[in-house]
Parts: sequence; structure tokens; C-alpha cells
Amino acid sequence: MDNFPWLTVLMVLPLVGALVIAALPSALADKAKQLALGFSLVTLAVAVAAVTRFDADSLQQFQLAETHEWIRTFGVSYALGVDGIALSLIVMSAILTPVCILAAWHDVPEGGRREKNYFALTLSLLAFMVGVFAATDVFLFYVFFEAMLIPVYFLIGSYGGPNRQYAAVKFLLFSLAGGLVMLVSVIALYFHGPRGPQGFLVNNLTGLALDSTTQKWIWLGFFVAFAVKAPMWPVHTWLPDAVGAAKPATSTLLVGVLDKVGTYGMIRFCLQMFPEASTWATPVVIALAVVSVLYGAFCAIGSNDIMRLISYTSISHFGFIVMGIFAMTTPAGAGAATYMINHGFSTAGLFLVAAMLVRRRGSTRISDFGGWQRVTPAIAGVFLVAGLSSLSLPGMGSFVSEFLVLLGTFARYKGAAAIATFGLVMAALYVLWMYKRMMTGPKPDLAEPVPDLSWREKAVVAPILVAFLLLGFYPKPLLDTVNPAVQRVLTYVGVTDPVPTVPVAATTGSEK
Amino acid sequence: MSSLVLQVAQATGADSGPVSLPAWLLIALPLAGAVLLLLGGRATDSFGPGLATGLSWASFGLGFAALLQTMGADPEGRSTHQVLYSWIPAGSFQLSAGLLVDPLSISFVLLITFVGSLIHVYSLGYMSHDPDKRRFFAYLNLFIAAMLTLVLADSYVLLFVGWEGVGLASYLLIGFWNQRPEYATAANKAFVVNRVGDMGLSLAIALMFATFHAVDFATVDAGAGKASTGVLTAIGLLLLIGACGKSAQFPLQSWLGDAMAGPTPVSALIHAATMVTAGVYLVVRSHAIFDAAPNARLAVTIVGAITLLYGAVVGCAKDDIKKALAASTMSQIGYMMLAAGLGPVGYAFAIMHLLTHGFFKAGMFLGAGSVMHGMSDQVDMRRFGGLGPFMKITWITFGLGWLAILGVPPFSGFWSKDMIIEAAFVGEGWRPWVFGLAALIGAGITAFYMSRLFFMTFQGDKRWTDHQHPHESPLTMTIPMMVLAVGSAALGFILGPTGMFTTWLEPIVGGGHEGEPVVNKWVLMGLTLALVLGGVALAWMRYGAADVPIVAPDGNALTRAARNDLYQDVINRNVFELPGRELTDAVEWSDRHGVDAGFMGLAHLTRGASDRLRRLQNGYARSYALTMLAGVVAVFGALWVIN
Repeated sequence: MDNFPWLTVLMVLPLVGALVIAALPSALADKAKQLALGFSLVTLAVAVAAVTRFDADSLQQFQLAETHEWIRTFGVSYALGVDGIALSLIVMSAILTPVCILAAWHDVPEGGRREKNYFALTLSLLAFMVGVFAATDVFLFYVFFEAMLIPVYFLIGSYGGPNRQYAAVKFLLFSLAGGLVMLVSVIALYFHGPRGPQGFLVNNLTGLALDSTTQKWIWLGFFVAFAVKAPMWPVHTWLPDAVGAAKPATSTLLVGVLDKVGTYGMIRFCLQMFPEASTWATPVVIALAVVSVLYGAFCAIGSNDIMRLISYTSISHFGFIVMGIFAMTTPAGAGAATYMINHGFSTAGLFLVAAMLVRRRGSTRISDFGGWQRVTPAIAGVFLVAGLSSLSLPGMGSFVSEFLVLLGTFARYKGAAAIATFGLVMAALYVLWMYKRMMTGPKPDLAEPVPDLSWREKAVVAPILVAFLLLGFYPKPLLDTVNPAVQRVLTYVGVTDPVPTVPVAATTGSEK
Repeated sequence: MSSLVLQVAQATGADSGPVSLPAWLLIALPLAGAVLLLLGGRATDSFGPGLATGLSWASFGLGFAALLQTMGADPEGRSTHQVLYSWIPAGSFQLSAGLLVDPLSISFVLLITFVGSLIHVYSLGYMSHDPDKRRFFAYLNLFIAAMLTLVLADSYVLLFVGWEGVGLASYLLIGFWNQRPEYATAANKAFVVNRVGDMGLSLAIALMFATFHAVDFATVDAGAGKASTGVLTAIGLLLLIGACGKSAQFPLQSWLGDAMAGPTPVSALIHAATMVTAGVYLVVRSHAIFDAAPNARLAVTIVGAITLLYGAVVGCAKDDIKKALAASTMSQIGYMMLAAGLGPVGYAFAIMHLLTHGFFKAGMFLGAGSVMHGMSDQVDMRRFGGLGPFMKITWITFGLGWLAILGVPPFSGFWSKDMIIEAAFVGEGWRPWVFGLAALIGAGITAFYMSRLFFMTFQGDKRWTDHQHPHESPLTMTIPMMVLAVGSAALGFILGPTGMFTTWLEPIVGGGHEGEPVVNKWVLMGLTLALVLGGVALAWMRYGAADVPIVAPDGNALTRAARNDLYQDVINRNVFELPGRELTDAVEWSDRHGVDAGFMGLAHLTRGASDRLRRLQNGYARSYALTMLAGVVAVFGALWVIN
């Protein structure tokens, strides 16, 4: 089984599923969602099996690796492989996809061809997500990076709300602009590398002796693309519009998973391949990250649309992730890497539960709610828990990550970390104020009784809640998976953690 | 005996120390109750509240067993450390989850579980008609679990889990009746103000990590002596900010009065006896840092002194019985903070006052709840009066609490508060005079406002609204009140003059020679008693013997200020909230009209110049696909040409 192409299978399965669903005869069109759910669950099972084949402490950076010549003339390979960070992101994608499909069960009530295509597109996203995180060839990465725009574009543009065309095009233009800048860098990088038949492999492009100016320019091309994707201030403005228009299940996969390509790319490409340029740019990046943390939080506090509010909270959280990446310490790095996972689940919780409320109320405006804790107590409770995860309440996975980021950043950049802690207070404000406006107050007079959580909805929220608590109280398996990957990247950059000013010999304390 | 316990401990795999029972069970039992009641839904309505109460008592039983096991060991070997599992391993940051069962944490465990369980019992009666009773008991159990995590944690990060956990329980319970918007606002305010404090605590932990590469108590304590005073002072001040938020100390005290929106048993348990004292626990637990940072300790004392007077002044003007008690809580915690800031002289007294206060203040809050129960939820003391004979048990139990907080010998408060006043007078230069006088004057004001409260409620004329039929509460409510009253009367006498409590805590926080106060201690005691009697007499003249107007008179400027919490809310609103809102609006506006408009302007420019983009804007996605294909082809072409 050692040569089993795990990652290719993980990619092909949802792709085949998407094609099968798209090709379903119209008589069977109503089976599209069951099929989509089935394919995504099989993919999840394979992903779990792949995890058992992974050894976090291996000396190889990329495992489950496959390398095949693709376009020999240009040095492009079909090369896949994962380190702990990529694997965690793939597993998260594999968990969130069936959850989102289940949540989207009644998203296309008109059924037929449109419903078929909706689920096919959603399932195809999983293939691209696996591909983009598993690609170990820079060109292959670029192809996935651009190709995954297509299903998202159609999901927003064809299935979104009133503003969908505008939002879809805006999303596309921002992403394309970032992608084109990156393409220039990709090609430039190739010519500064060893070239040859495997000239695009990440491994062959790591540790190049680039002169400082070239390195900075190439770095910038990658970084701009990732900053748009992440999204960082000031290139974030496409996100609230996209999320405001998209279906919540699409938003979940977009913000929870696809946008992580930005922060993942910063680790894999910016830090690993251009250590000097990354160090050079660090002050600016950290500053932008801190601005994102506060700016996103301010905008979230000021939002009156649930979906836009959630998207702004993500901008704030992405600020934390970027700060953790560029702090370049092991705790901050581990915090950033696990934050990508925890934020995925938080966002899923908020978007999907908000969707349940929006479906019942028929509005995404916060001011249209009020007193709903007395209408749908269970949904209100779950919504609060998701909110608490978003404000990084200790006990939730997001707390472990955010705290590691703060702690690890503080060890190197005290001022930045101190300013970012204002994000803690602001997170409490935007989450609890949203909850207050939507859920508290006198019970509203509703024309007809509104049902609380259905069994399908319970199945949607259960895995998310389990993830919150499991990653909060027992994050060790996840941390053990990402730690070696973080350490390796920091070794490439050539930095070590700041030493404590007062080294204390191991005591009987809980330090081990 | 101790060696036997040790052997048992080793046999069961416990890490070190005399306590062999698994301490995590203390937390797990109430936590399981909370989870079961919340997930079980209506199915657990019938047995849920009883189960929650039982689990809380079970936790107390375990705590008591831990006490016995600990007392069986030598004074120097009374700390038990149980490592549970590797929690957050992240590169240079390695942290296990572990519990520390030592005399300090056991003292808290017993207070939390005993008073907590009594309040569970009381709530069975108090909340019996509430449709959401099950949810209430779930939150109570959640609170007990979080509070036990806070005091049993062996590291600052695990403490932080409990710290914000009790904040969550507090938020949920203050907003328990959040169908009233102002209650929901009070809940939010409590959480947000606490988060301001938590910023301080987070940064303190971050600074500890940067300094020691560790955040567990043992390592930080061991390293505290070696770090520079500047760093330790910074850590101490940051911890103090955290403590101020949680313990409603100046300047983060504004949330406590509003927190009285919660059901009264909650006010008794969370906002009087236990959670709000967590800040004192934090300071005492971090004694190694504060002992090495005199300026940070001075700051603790100053905050304590300011708050004890602040709360006392506010307490004099409040007509809402719960808000008057809340102001008193703030003031009494000020005493504890002041004592904690005095260092080894004061640590044990701070904790002792915390314990006695836990009993008498919880008892008085339950008494207030009993009064409200009998008076159709009336809280305005100007509509009470003459209630004593109608609810004798409430009257007497409340009276014992009143005597205890006054510091009348031999009741509990006398033994703990008098010690603090005495300790505040120890030292050199201006400090003993400032802090000592603050504590002394505070005692007089306390006597006035507590007597005012007592007389306005139980003595004097009946000023009831129509259709009031005051009656005594059921036994489920009065029995907890009686038990707490016994504690209010006797606990101080048991712990104080015997020297039992100081000896018990000495291995943890040190005792040290206390030194002599700058004023002879018998003179001090006499002065204190004279001030207390003066306060009581003044209150009797104005609120016992004289008529109390039903509508509050305007009063002088100080009264009006005190009635409005000395305008702290106004200051907060004008300094933080309004500018914050302005800033939020400005950022939101600039996001739409600045940043985004910039990009959209760019897009419009481009659109004007490019047909292809215009077609995109019109929604022809196929043209996008074509464009991309063309781009890819072009790139390959370029690559091919160059190669």
C-alpha cells in the first residue's frame, strides 16, 4: 500500500462524483444531493485512512508523495505530497464538505438541473481544495489556485442572492489580479531555479541563492496573491460582498477552506522559498496583520448584515493567522497553523447556523431578529457556542490557536502583540452584541410557529461542536501533526525562538 | 498515616502529594451535570435540578476528602500536584494540563462547593416556578465546574480557562431573563468589561512566557526571584488589570451593579461569594511575583483602598437592596485586595476575609432574595420597612450577617476585617497612615450603609405598596440561609483567634513576622468599634427611628454622585463608548467609501478601457474562461520560446 496514490484518489473521488452528478439523467436528478453526500463521505473515509499512513516526524518534508512528469519541456510535474499543515487542511476540507452538503440540502428548492449542478460544483470544490494544498510543484499549485476560482465563480454568480453578479465578478477580478501577479513570479522563479525536467518542484526551488532584489520582487508577487486570498487589509473588500451574496454553504467553503490557501501559501512559498525577503518584509506584514485584526473587528461591530458581519470577523482572524506566521516562532507558527483549522470550524458554525436562522426569518438583517432565543432555543444555543468559538473562549480550539499566536508573537514583537490583544475585547463586542440583537429581548410575534433544530440540522452542527471542544481540550494530535512542519519552515528561514530572559531549570511544574 | 496516603498515592499513579483521589473528578461531576442538562433538553426537566444539586454536593464531598487527606500530611508536604495530560505542545511552548491541590486551593474548593451547593438547594425553592429552571441549574453546574478549574489549575493558562469559564457562566446567568433588553445589556457589559481585564491577564501570561518560557505556577514561582524587577512589576500590573476586571475593582468595577439583573441566588454565589473574589485569588496565587515587585504590590494596595471607599460611598446611596449589597461586595473585595497588596503580612487575612465574606455576604443576598420572594420581587428598600416580624428567619439570619460584616465581636467579620485594618497600619512612612485610615474609615461607612439597609428593610414603618402580603420563604430557602448564618457567626472565631488559618496557609504564601502597627492595636480596635457604633447610630437615627420618605430626596451632590455610581458609567460612555462608536462608524464608512471605492474606481476605469472586462461585468462567464485559457496558452508559448 505504500505506493498507493492517496492524494490523487482524494482528488479524483470528488471529481468523479461531480461528473457523475452533473451527468445524471433528469429522472434521477433528485438523487443529486444524496450522491454528493455519499461521495464526500467516501472521500472523508479515504482521508482518514491517509492520515494513518502519515508520520509527522518523518525526515521527508512531503509524504504520501507522488511525482510524475507532466510537461517535460517546461519542467512541470504532476507532484503531490503533504506535510502536517497541508494534511490537516485537507482533512478539514474533507470534514467540512459533507457538513456543508448536508447544510445545503434545501438550498436549491426548484430541483432539477440547477440542483444537480449546484451539488456537482460544491463537490468539485473538494477536489480543488485537495489539489491546491497537496501540490508540491509550483506550477501545478498555480493551476489549482486559478482553477478553483471557476466553481466558486459559478456558485456565487448563479446560485447567490440579489447582488450575486456583482459579487461574483468582483471576487473573480480580485483573485485574477492576484493570480496574474503571482504567475509572473512563478515564471521568474523558474528561471532562477535549476530548471530542467523537475524545475518547478518546491523541493528544487527551496534554498536557492537568489540575489536580494530578485528575491524581494518574486516574494512580492506571491505575497500579493496570498494577501488577496487571505484576505488582508486593504485588499479584503471583495470578501464581504462575495459572502453577502453567496449561499452560506459556499461561504463556508470559501472562507473556511479556500481562503486558507492564502495563509498556507505564505508559509509554503513566501517563508520557505524566500527567507531573506520574508524577514525583510516582516515589519510591514506584521503591521498589516495588526491593522487587519482591528479593522475587521471594527467593521464587524458596525455590520447589520449577519453574513457580512461573519466575513469581517474572518478578516480579523486572518490578521491573527498572518501575524502568527510572520512572527516566526514555534508557538506562533503552531498557533497560526492550527488557527487555520479552528477558524474553518468556527466559520462553518457561524455561517451554517446563521443560515438556519435566515431561512426561518427570511432576512439576513440583524435588526429583523430579536428575542429568538425564545423562538428557537436550541439554534440560539448553538449559535452562541459558535460565537464563543469565534471570540476564542478558552476551552474552544480557537483559544489554543489565538493564544499561541499572541504568546509566540509577543516573545518577538511585544508592541504588535499588545495592540492585537484589543482584538479580544472587540471580538467579545461583535459576537455578544450580535447575539443580543438577534436572540434576546421579548419573544417576537410570529405569524406561524417556527420549528427548532431538525435532525438534519443536528447532524450539521454536531461535528462542528465536537471539533470546537476536542481541539480546545485535546489539541495535541493536531499540534503534533503541524509542529514538525512549522519547525522545518522556520529552519529554512534560519530563525530560532527568542530565548527566555530568565531560563528556569525544569522543576516539578507541568513543563516537560 | 501520611506515609500510607503517600503509598496509596503512588500506587494509584498520582504524581506527588498527599491527595490520592483524582482531583479532576471535582470538576468533572458538575461539568457532566451541565452537559447532561443542556443536551438532554426537556427530558431532564423533572430530575435535572435535583441531579445538579446532588452533583454539586458530591463535589463538596470530594473536596472535603481532599481536605482530610491533606491535613494528614506534614505542613511542608501538603501540596498535591496531579498531571492530567499533555495539553498544548507547541515547539518551545510546552504545557500539560494539571491540577494543584494545596491548602490555598482547598480553601477555595470548600467555599465554592459548600456555598455553591447550599445555593443550589436554595434555588430549588427560589426558581421552582421558572419555566427555564433546568437551564438555570445547568448554568449553575457549569459555573461550579469552571470556578473549580480556576482554583485547581496548576498553570496560568488552565486558570485562564476557568477564569473565562466563570465569566461565561456569569454572562449566561446575568442574562438569564434576557427577554428584558436591559438585562441582556447588563450581561454583555459584564463580559466585555471582564474581557478588558482579560487582555491584561493574557499579556501577563505572554510576558511570563517571554521571560521564563513557562506559564505554570511552579516554574514561574521558581524563576520570579531571578527576573528583573521591571519585568516582574510589568507582570504584576498586568495581572492586576485582570484581577480588577474579574473582581470589580476600580476602574473596572462598573459592571457589578448591573450584574444584579441575574436571579438573586446567582448574585449570592457568583457576584458575592466566589467568582468576584477570583482576582484576590490571582494576586495571592502570584505572590512570588508580587513579593519581588514592590511597586506592583503597592498598586494592588492602592486599587484596594480606592475601591473599598468607592464601594462604601456608593453603598450609602443605593435604594435597590441588591445594588446596595453589590456596592458592599465591591468594597469588601477592596479590603481583600488591600490586604493582598500588603504582602505576606496580609495574604492569609485577605483569604480569611474572603472566606468569611463568602458566608455572610451570600447569606445576606439569600436573605434579600427571601425578602423579594415575599414582597412580589420588590427591590426598592423605600417600599420595605417593618418586615422583621413577618419573616423571622430571614430577619435573624440577615441580622447575623449584618453583625458579621459590621465587624462586631465575636462575629466572623470582626476576626478577618480587624486583622486587615491592623495590618494596613503596619509599615513605614506615609503608607500605614493612608492605607490604615482608608481601611478604618471604610469600616465606619460600612457600618452606616449596612445598618441603613438593615433598618430600612426590617425595622421602622411599613412602606409597602398595595396588596403586599409578606411571608416567610419555604424551608428549601431558609435552611441554606440558616447554615450560612451559622458560618457568619462562627467561622471567623474558628479560623481567626486560633491561628489555625494562618498556619494552614503559611507553607503556601508565607507568614512572616507581621511587625507592629504604627498605632497600638488595642487603640485601633477601640477606634474601629467606636466608628462602627457611630455608623450604626447614625443609620438608626435616619432610617430606623425617623420616617423614610418613599421617594428618595434629591440629596446633596455627593449623594447624587453616589447614587450614580460616582459617574463611572458616564465617564466610560464618554471616554470609551462614544468615541468607540464614532471610530466604528468611521471605519465602516471608510471601508465602503475609501478602500472599496478605491478598488471600484480602478475597476470602473479599467472597464471603460476594456471591452473584455465590460463583458465580464455583464456576467458572461464564458468569456472569462476563454480569457484564462488564452492566458495559459500565452504563458506556455512564452515558456516554450524562452526555453
